[in-house]
Amino acid sequence: MTGLQDRLTPQQVEDFGQEMDELRQRVVADLGKSDVDYIQNVIKIQRSLEISGRALLFAGFFPPAWIAGVGALSLSKILDNMEIGHNVMHGQYDWTRDPALSSQRFEWDTVAPAENWRHSHNYIHHTYTNILDKDRDVGYGILRIDPEQKWHPYYLGNPVYAVVLAFMFQWGVMLHDLEFDRVVKGERKWSEFAEVRKRMLRKASRQVGKDYVLFPLLTGPLAPLTLLGNASANVVRNLWAFSIIFCGHFPADVESFTERETEGESRGQWYLRQILGSANITGGPLFHILSGNLSHQIEHHLFPDIPACRYPKIAPEVRAICEKYGLPYHTGPLHKQLFSVAKKLVKLALPGGKGADEPKASTLNRDRNLSAA
Amino acid sequence: MGRLAALAGTLLTPHGIDRYLELIDPMLVREEIRAEVTEVRRQTPGTVTLTLRPSRAWPGFTAGQYMRVSVDIDGVRRTRCYSPAGSAHRPDRLELTIRAHEHGLVSRYLHHTARPGLVLGLSRPEGVFTLPQARPEKLLLISGGSGITPVLSMLRTLADEDHRGEVTLLHYAATAADVPYREELASLGTRPGTRVVLAHTRDGEGHLRGRFGERHLAEAAPWYRDARTYLCGPEPLRDAVSELYAEAGLSERLHTEEFTPPALRLDTGGASGRVRFARSGTEADNTGRPLLEQAEAAGLSPEHGCRMGICFSCTQVKAKGAVRDVRSGEVSDDENEEIQLCISVPVGDVEIDC
Repeated sequence: MTGLQDRLTPQQVEDFGQEMDELRQRVVADLGKSDVDYIQNVIKIQRSLEISGRALLFAGFFPPAWIAGVGALSLSKILDNMEIGHNVMHGQYDWTRDPALSSQRFEWDTVAPAENWRHSHNYIHHTYTNILDKDRDVGYGILRIDPEQKWHPYYLGNPVYAVVLAFMFQWGVMLHDLEFDRVVKGERKWSEFAEVRKRMLRKASRQVGKDYVLFPLLTGPLAPLTLLGNASANVVRNLWAFSIIFCGHFPADVESFTERETEGESRGQWYLRQILGSANITGGPLFHILSGNLSHQIEHHLFPDIPACRYPKIAPEVRAICEKYGLPYHTGPLHKQLFSVAKKLVKLALPGGKGADEPKASTLNRDRNLSAA
Repeated sequence: MGRLAALAGTLLTPHGIDRYLELIDPMLVREEIRAEVTEVRRQTPGTVTLTLRPSRAWPGFTAGQYMRVSVDIDGVRRTRCYSPAGSAHRPDRLELTIRAHEHGLVSRYLHHTARPGLVLGLSRPEGVFTLPQARPEKLLLISGGSGITPVLSMLRTLADEDHRGEVTLLHYAATAADVPYREELASLGTRPGTRVVLAHTRDGEGHLRGRFGERHLAEAAPWYRDARTYLCGPEPLRDAVSELYAEAGLSERLHTEEFTPPALRLDTGGASGRVRFARSGTEADNTGRPLLEQAEAAGLSPEHGCRMGICFSCTQVKAKGAVRDVRSGEVSDDENEEIQLCISVPVGDVEIDC
């Protein structure tokens, strides 16, 4: 694998970092009412979908109403988790000083408590992106998704675990914060997670209470249908979130890093790692919104605290900067990226796999660009 | 209704009922306090008087108190403190008279753009600049400029109570044209026991002329030594009155609406780390002074107000690092936390989004 450090000369890394910083400053200086109007509008649509979905399930005896209800509720949960929750909790709207858009106060419609998630996601994953043994999102402590992860007979079940995780994704995200894998290895103690567990219990019981007890009971004789409808909406959201998120860091050409090569990283090198370790997904405007603009995973990882609706607008600039420095810009349609991830999950169930997907040395590109310049 | 609201709250977890009600009408919220502007008057050049209808969570106020008022300007929620000018006995109707300051972002915005229908955010009322429950027999209210609002609220409240004691309002303004509520003040002044004395510093149309002094006091309220005095106005007036009362040994009888800064216990000796202002890309060594001062020393001019932690004007997001609240000594190290720059001192490396 091409080393992180020898892709660009130190001077190039510096220039590249500066261009990224300048791009960021330009966007930050331009933030204003239109960004707030955008997210408020998405929130309004999400809440309307939620109310309509719940209401339609009261007529769930009529199959089209049940289907429409599940559809509306699924979309509501997807928008709530992806474009609203994930992005608000990143602090993308903290500058508005609106408590309803505050990263510290927002809570989303899923069993994972915001507070636990913010730590593991905003801090651990976004700081140590794709660094093996540091970024716990590499395989989520359950899967073998990188050839550098040491094989173990446990991983024979790799594809099965992935399918189970996809269906149960909200629970997976919640339990992720218990760091089972580390507790099993003795790296951390069960007792360290008492607060984390307490928050999980509280949040999960509220979520289960409304989706699987209260709303079904309110529909009286339709209770089983309502319960099934709510469960379906949760599963639809789970599958969608899993697909988008797995396509963000795990397609074949995305790179991972070791602690050693990222020691004493400069800001420019950090930006560089974010680009090499992320992949975008192509699609239309609606697709981007439903993905929470995680279809612009590269831009998101460069600037996690810039409102996500800005990512499509700055993507051409980011791409141009990448080209200028001979850096890859991973992107592809959802089906292609998903297939690439699935293939990897199956292949890495078996021992080995190292070197199979090694990206071509991009130093070649760099040298070509340098001589052209 | 309470039980129904509780059920709705459980069904609408995690966002809560207000986040849905506000989509129908922002004034339907149950827990947040908001107020809708119902009337806009411009009584004098440079001021605007807003009549507000508060939402159901508004607990009412005591004459002389203030509350934080928030308004969204270009996508950012801005907050300032204002004292309602109306009677405390009319809790369903609030009145704010705001002077547009030359560099005042919020006051200028409200002065220029407030229209009926605008919805503002309110805090619960705060402050101890209030009359005792047992109303004093003799009462002197001294105000200057827009400082009239809390004492006018007292005067109107007493009128609603049909208070019979001796009350004098001594109000300072540059000229007659700068005095809001002139007609109402004149009519309040005809109540038995109540006098309204207008003093103008730049024209001779008032009852008195010039700046505050013992002569004014002797004319307006010769009994001031036996009275309780409530004072709200610009600093020169506050200083002049406080000095005179101190010399007369009456300081205890003088109540001032002055946001008194707490004695900051600053130990700058052990200051370490760097302070980074992310938005402007500026960085400097932590001097151990409040972040507002450090930002200004670094050449930035962040928005601010009271400089003592009450008005929330200088609220910014702390992206990383720990700060100590100079008032409580409490250290907080949450990421992406809103802090007030004027009362937060960095503890080690800190990054602020400003």
